[in-house]
Amino acid sequence: MSTTSQDQTALELDIVVDVPVEHAFRVFTERFDEIKPRDHNLLAVPIDRTVLEPRVGGTVYDLGTDGSRCTWARVLAYEPPHRLVISWDISPQWQVETDPDRTSEVEIRFAAETPERTHVVLEHRHLDRHGEGWESFTNLGSGDGWPLYLERFRAATQRHADES
Amino acid sequence: MATSTADPWQALADPTRRQVLARVAGGPCSVTEIARHLPVSRPAVSQHLRVLLDARLVDVHRQGRMRVYEVRASGLDQLRRELDSYWNATLTRFKDVAEQTYQPAETTAEGTQTR
Repeated sequence: MSTTSQDQTALELDIVVDVPVEHAFRVFTERFDEIKPRDHNLLAVPIDRTVLEPRVGGTVYDLGTDGSRCTWARVLAYEPPHRLVISWDISPQWQVETDPDRTSEVEIRFAAETPERTHVVLEHRHLDRHGEGWESFTNLGSGDGWPLYLERFRAATQRHADES
Repeated sequence: MATSTADPWQALADPTRRQVLARVAGGPCSVTEIARHLPVSRPAVSQHLRVLLDARLVDVHRQGRMRVYEVRASGLDQLRRELDSYWNATLTRFKDVAEQTYQPAETTAEGTQTR
C-alpha cells in the first residue's frame, strides 16, 4: 500500500487483493460494515452496524445500539464492479458536516489485473473544501475560518506535545 | 535557546498580531513588507513574528540577506495524516475480508461435482 502526495488537498492509497474484480467491489460495498474502522464513532452510543446504500443518491450511515442514526456520506457514483464515489460529510473535528459545499469526496476504483487479482485505488480529494484556513487565508477577519483553523491547530500542537 | 511551544490561541489574542499573520498568510514576505502595511514599527512587527513563530503559526527561512516569513500548513497536513491512517486501516481490513470470503469458482465446482 502506498500513499502519493503530489496534491496537498488529496491523498491516494492503493492495495492489491487476490480476488476477482466483481468480488472485490461486492465486498467493499456490501460488507462496508466489517471493513470500516470503528474508532471514529460520531454517535453517543456504540455502533451496531454501518449501512452503505448501494445506489446513487443513497447514503452511508452508522446505526447506534439504541437505534440512533448518523448519516455521514452520500453515494455519488455507484458503478459495479469498477467505481464507487461517496462524499465525506465529516468535518476535520470528526463531526457531521451539513453544508455539502464543505465536504470532500472519496473515489474507490477497482481494476482487474488478472481474472483473480484486483488493484484497488482509493482517492480522498478536495480536502480543502472542509474549511477556510489553508488556501483561502485572505479573508481572515470574516466567517468561521478562524475558529476552525485554530481548533485544528490546537489539536495538532497538543498531539505534538503528547508525542514528545 | 529554549524552544517554547506557545498556545496559538494566546498568540492570536492580540489584534495587531492577527493582522501580521493575515499579511503573512497573503504570501511569503519580509518584516519590512509587513511593517509597511501596518501602523506599527519594524521592531514591533519582529516581536509579533517571534510570538507567531513560537506558536508555530508561521515559518521563516533565509532568502539572500532577507528573512522571509510564511504560514505553516500544519492544519491540512494534520487532516491528511488522520485520513490516511483511517483509509489505510479500511483497505487492510478490506483485503482480509475480500480474500477470506472468496472461493475460487473451479475449486468449488470441482468439489461439488466429486461429492
